Amino acid sequence: MSSPPNTGPTGASSTGPDRLTADEVRRVAKLCRVGLTDDEVEQLRGEMASLLAEVSVLQAIDTDGVEPTGHAVEGVHTVMRDDVPIEPMTVEDVLANAPQREGDYFRVRAVME
Amino acid sequence: MPEQDPFSSVRQLSDALHAKEVSAREVADEHLRRIDALDGGIGAFLSVTPDLARSQADDADAQLASGGAGPLVGVPMQIKDNMATRGLRTTCGSKMLDGFRPPYDATVTIALREAGAVLLGKGNMDEYAMGSSNENSAFKPVHNPWDTDRVPGGSSGGPAAAVAAGLVPFSLGSDTGGSIRQPASLCGVVGLKPTYGLVSRYGLIAFASSLDQIGPFTRTVGDAALVMNAITGKDPHDSTSIAGTTSDYTAGLNDGVAGLRIGVVPEYFGEGIDPEVARVTLAAIAQLESLGAQVDWNVPLPNSRAALAVYYVIAPSECSANLARYDGVKFGYSDPNEANLWQALESTRETGFGTEVKRRIMMGTYALSSGYYDAYYKKAQQVRTLIREEFDRAFQRVDVLITPTSPTVAFKIGEKVADPVVMHASDVCTVPANIAGIPGISVPCGFVDGLPVGLQMLGPAMSEATLFRAAHAYEQSTDWHLQHPSL
Repeated sequence: MSSPPNTGPTGASSTGPDRLTADEVRRVAKLCRVGLTDDEVEQLRGEMASLLAEVSVLQAIDTDGVEPTGHAVEGVHTVMRDDVPIEPMTVEDVLANAPQREGDYFRVRAVME
Repeated sequence: MPEQDPFSSVRQLSDALHAKEVSAREVADEHLRRIDALDGGIGAFLSVTPDLARSQADDADAQLASGGAGPLVGVPMQIKDNMATRGLRTTCGSKMLDGFRPPYDATVTIALREAGAVLLGKGNMDEYAMGSSNENSAFKPVHNPWDTDRVPGGSSGGPAAAVAAGLVPFSLGSDTGGSIRQPASLCGVVGLKPTYGLVSRYGLIAFASSLDQIGPFTRTVGDAALVMNAITGKDPHDSTSIAGTTSDYTAGLNDGVAGLRIGVVPEYFGEGIDPEVARVTLAAIAQLESLGAQVDWNVPLPNSRAALAVYYVIAPSECSANLARYDGVKFGYSDPNEANLWQALESTRETGFGTEVKRRIMMGTYALSSGYYDAYYKKAQQVRTLIREEFDRAFQRVDVLITPTSPTVAFKIGEKVADPVVMHASDVCTVPANIAGIPGISVPCGFVDGLPVGLQMLGPAMSEATLFRAAHAYEQSTDWHLQHPSL
């Protein structure tokens, strides 16, 4: 990763670049489908770098052979229930908060133009 | 109607209701009047539900008249606005859910309704429970009742402030990295984060699923135990929920601390902790020692120094996955002006989410993205294991670990909002419990410059009864819990 000299408001990091590139920020925004203004991209270039610096202390910790913990409580596994029919939510309830509906369907905007 | 003390405990209110000294309707009306008079200056509620409250209070009075009513019947409450209340606006503090009326109730909503508690409204919070000061609420900040220029803490700032200000005797919050304990500390009330899984999260709007937990805010430790009696237990709707080991958390409250082994964690009394907060907390530990506890003044947890970094990888990562559901299609805000699905999606999420939420989604997406996953998310999960193991070893030596709850007292509104890294330091004492899945309670232990300080007690998984016993013994030997803000 290349980066310009630190001009961001949140300070330098000791372990990584002072700012991400605008392209890096836009690449991440595309992955999570969050629209950003140019000002927000600029702001995030510095903020994300300093947040990455904040968590960089992890890299110094020896974790060779340590199993990752995904869940804090042991012994909880996927739970199956008896296959007994239950009353589901009504269609009206399911659709009650739909921004756009058509009959008993959620209306979705055009995927392809 | 006799004059009501707005700072009555749940227990005292319950006794008065059962003795017919006051009716549930009168109690509800008085609290609604107080909310109306005072909440404009505090902002603890995002919605108030007077009609529902009066109807539930009337039902409670009928139940009280017929006898056999439980201890929460007719007792007013608030619920943080990230827990589903069927048909009642539930915003999660976000514009994204401004008009959202859930089609179902959270399990805790049902449990408290069945216990007869009276819902007065929904508690203000940082958007999606992301924040340590409540300044990230999309609607309004919450003001600390002890000094309205200061924050109440977060993310459950509304519940903490509502209980501290005498607007409700109890509220429910959620705690992902300290969001119950830290605001409880800053507002001078009791807050419990239970063991991960002990309270069902069905209907809790998800933030970071391996860390989120619901728990009570109250003005006394005994009240927190009473509320826990109503909300704990295995829930078929939440496969991560676990059954409790007791049905009555109030049973051992008065057993005292004689012989209880208490460990002091030195990492939380040095750098980064306000010296006055450390001094007040150490005085509280000396008080516990004088009550008969065996104090080990040096139980180090060196790996817990990395807990904040673990948290700020895992929480944003899980949030980026959980918040992918806000697509403007099924519910919530949807930008009406874009004709194309992808543009509508980006624009909906650009406008619907606030700055802090977008920043966390971005950080989580980065940490989970191809090429970075092992260096960030997997690494954080491995250090999480080391932190859990370190707690396991500590709890072989002691029953309870003690730290300050918050490194500082309540700070000024606006003071830390500009720098997320500075704001994150507010969570330094509280995140380790979420990382390890263990319970923690914050109990008032004094004041610095007129602002409340909280003592945090941590125990191994399922040790809530021990935490209540220790916290109750301390509380009853002080009068901190009897001091209230003048409003």
